[in-house]
Amino acid sequence: MIAFWLLAILSVVSALVVILHRSPVYCALALVNTLFLIAAMFVMLDAHLVAFLQVIVYAGAIMVLFLFVIMLLSAGDEVRLEGRGGLRLAATLTAAVLAFELGALVVAKRGENVALPASFGSTEALAERLFTRHVLPFEITSLLLMVAVVGAVVLARRKA
Amino acid sequence: MGVPVGHYLALSAVLFSIGALGVLLRRNLIVVFMAIELMLNAVNLTFVALARQQQSMDGQVIVFFVMTVAAAEAAVGLAIILANFAQRRTLDADEIDDLRG
Repeated sequence: MIAFWLLAILSVVSALVVILHRSPVYCALALVNTLFLIAAMFVMLDAHLVAFLQVIVYAGAIMVLFLFVIMLLSAGDEVRLEGRGGLRLAATLTAAVLAFELGALVVAKRGENVALPASFGSTEALAERLFTRHVLPFEITSLLLMVAVVGAVVLARRKA
Repeated sequence: MGVPVGHYLALSAVLFSIGALGVLLRRNLIVVFMAIELMLNAVNLTFVALARQQQSMDGQVIVFFVMTVAAAEAAVGLAIILANFAQRRTLDADEIDDLRG
């Protein structure tokens, strides 16, 4: 329980750093931190393979891509953090309402953790599901990745 | 392992709202993008927590797909940001308004 609260507080704080810090590089590093904390929570939820993937794919590959782009564009600090005052207020209100609604859903949906078979969340169990029941989406995913790679190359190569 | 599932769901709701606030508040395209990744991760946390409660691996399989789609989205999105920057020399979301009527 203590571990959960520690992870929860740290992840909320670093998520706030992501959206509030002026420098995009610090935002990216805070996001990496958040992703690691969420990966730790995946481990607590018996999702070991997903936690590994989170660290390797998200915190590794995707965030390196972000940092590359930030450095390619040598993006300086944002001149103005917030939009117009009214817009800022509206955005904060919207987020607050969203948090309230999601919180209400959570209260409505209660449940206790139960004992699980030892294989739950193992690579073997996940792979078994992935390659039997969900094999078609899995194959479509490979197509999606290929299209995304080709699209990214075409978009980034085109000169103005 | 005494943490109720509701705790994880509440944390995920908070993280999702922070991400939504980031999308609405920030003007820097890259930071907006990072806020979107934050929202995706909050949803992933929900999937994993509920997968554990339901004792079903399907939630974790969906997280796998979400990660793949997020990777594709990041690649294409960042390429668009690069192409846009090459044309306009700006990362400000408010200044990219060509489609405004």
